[in-house]
Amino acid sequence: MTSTIEAPAPAAGRVKLGLSNRLLARPEIGALVAAVIIFIFFLSLAPSFRSAESFFTVLYQSSVIGIVACGVGLLMIGGEFDLSAGVIVYTAGLFNSMFCWYFGVNLWIGAFLSLAFCLLIGFLNGYLVMRTGIPSFLITLGTFFVLQGANLGVTKLVTKTVSSLDVSNIDGYDSLGKVFSSSFKVGSVTVWTSVIWWILFVALATWALQRTRVGNWIFAVGGNPDSARAVGVPVLRTKIGLFMTVSFLGWFVGMHQLYRFNTLQAGGGVGNEFLYIIAAVVGGTLLTGGFGNSIGVAIGAFIFGMTSLGIIYAGWDPNWFKAFLGVMLLLAVLVNLYVKRMSTMRKVG
Amino acid sequence: MTDTLASHADQGLHRGEPLIEMEEVGKSYGAIRALRGINLRVNAGEVTCVLGDNGAGKSTLIKIMSGLHPHNEGTLRVDGKPETFSSPREALGHGIATVYQDLAVVSLMEVWRNFFLGSELTAGKFPLAGLKVRQMREIADTELRKMGIVVKDINQPIGTLSGGQRQCVAIARAVYFGARVLILDEPTAALGVKQSGVVLKYVAAARAAGLGVVFITHNPHHAYMVGDHFVILKLGETTLDKTRKEVSLDELTTQMAGGDELAELSHELGRK
Repeated sequence: MTSTIEAPAPAAGRVKLGLSNRLLARPEIGALVAAVIIFIFFLSLAPSFRSAESFFTVLYQSSVIGIVACGVGLLMIGGEFDLSAGVIVYTAGLFNSMFCWYFGVNLWIGAFLSLAFCLLIGFLNGYLVMRTGIPSFLITLGTFFVLQGANLGVTKLVTKTVSSLDVSNIDGYDSLGKVFSSSFKVGSVTVWTSVIWWILFVALATWALQRTRVGNWIFAVGGNPDSARAVGVPVLRTKIGLFMTVSFLGWFVGMHQLYRFNTLQAGGGVGNEFLYIIAAVVGGTLLTGGFGNSIGVAIGAFIFGMTSLGIIYAGWDPNWFKAFLGVMLLLAVLVNLYVKRMSTMRKVG
Repeated sequence: MTDTLASHADQGLHRGEPLIEMEEVGKSYGAIRALRGINLRVNAGEVTCVLGDNGAGKSTLIKIMSGLHPHNEGTLRVDGKPETFSSPREALGHGIATVYQDLAVVSLMEVWRNFFLGSELTAGKFPLAGLKVRQMREIADTELRKMGIVVKDINQPIGTLSGGQRQCVAIARAVYFGARVLILDEPTAALGVKQSGVVLKYVAAARAAGLGVVFITHNPHHAYMVGDHFVILKLGETTLDKTRKEVSLDELTTQMAGGDELAELSHELGRK
């Protein structure tokens, strides 16, 4: 035992887990199976679903939800909720458009101020949750209502209507539109850049979760914040950072909405916070935190995009969509429960 | 095992040198005084055993030393300088590592991620710098095997290990990251005889390597096997503070079991 660098003794009694076991322990596996089934389902039922154009429309629809859901997924792995994530998208857009319209300044200035404002809201969410110990569900429920009311109230004060005014004549509209809301054609297919941004964000989040120190901390603060704190993980900073990530991505999609449609309805975004949470849970994120990954959340958002459009392509009453989402959510929770039990059960001996 | 420990231990440690000194330290939670007038020295190369019943203030004492709750009376000196820790990170920065009985690990995370949690190896300082995953897996695996903990798969969630194995991983982690003071909170409470033996051997090895060990336990037998210095707490105060030379296992056991109160009780009950 004098040398500690000698080759380690052969690993006695070590077992390599079978492929099926390792696959089952992955959070996104349930969502992947569901996505394939739903995809085949709509392919066989809806003829207009079977084209590259509609596939990219589905991707676009998924990206608008998926970008924010990516942040919400990280936050949920970190053990918290953000119910204000739906309306903050519209807060971001409305802030930008009305500020620039009212003061007559370049839209870029408004966009940056709006970003700072959204990050501040994210920070406040996180700070209040961590400092008071009140569950994030309640704190962000409060923020949700404050923002929802303020969106309508301020818009009414500034424009006398419930929607923001057309910003397409203000300086900076074209260059901002290029960044946040442009599309290009590949053959007959229209590809929106938001799809590419979405893929980028998911790739970045996946890498950060699996391969960086911050990722390790996110799993730890979600799985067991007390242990994490005891070994020196900065729990406060990690969680506040997660809340700010969600509000950053909300701002990003807000910019996309504003520069795609010129005007925004002040009451928009309500209810989307649940779509993000559903995407995350369907994608295998554990509601109690500490388990999940970004690819799963992306698949969850894709399932959302596929069904919301698939129902229309199939010519059914789109009102059934919500019922379908509810069923998906329940199934996902059941699968998650099973997977968690499987992966924390003691293996052979 | 001793060599492994010695090779990681701080070479600047000298036996008998005080690492932590507490002088009249106390702590109140609102109106409740959980701890008062504690005088305690943790010396390098010695095992200080803290014994006491439930609610005696053992946990509060650990929490002060490990930075979870700052003390509000008296002074706490680390290496001769007065300190008040505001976070465990600060205590860790001074080389004070704590292994908790119940909150040692994050059960859904892999063994190697738990091993390196809070001290990850990265390729740079930047927050998004890549983790050296393969290296961390190898180190965790080798270190654990040196301690006699054979984990079936270093990638399995740590929740799938037994309680004893989890405790050992947590101790191995603290020692590997160069703790100078190792605080063990009831490390043998949930373990079987054999696994307790492994932990006690490790405590002895840590002492031999020159670390200061604070060993908190209910069990005077375990304490007497490794301890150099014994402190018994009762209702937040010290009732016994003796070195190994001054105390016998019998006295320790009696004091631990209630001591004079027990004698009085037996007198009252009047059975021979």
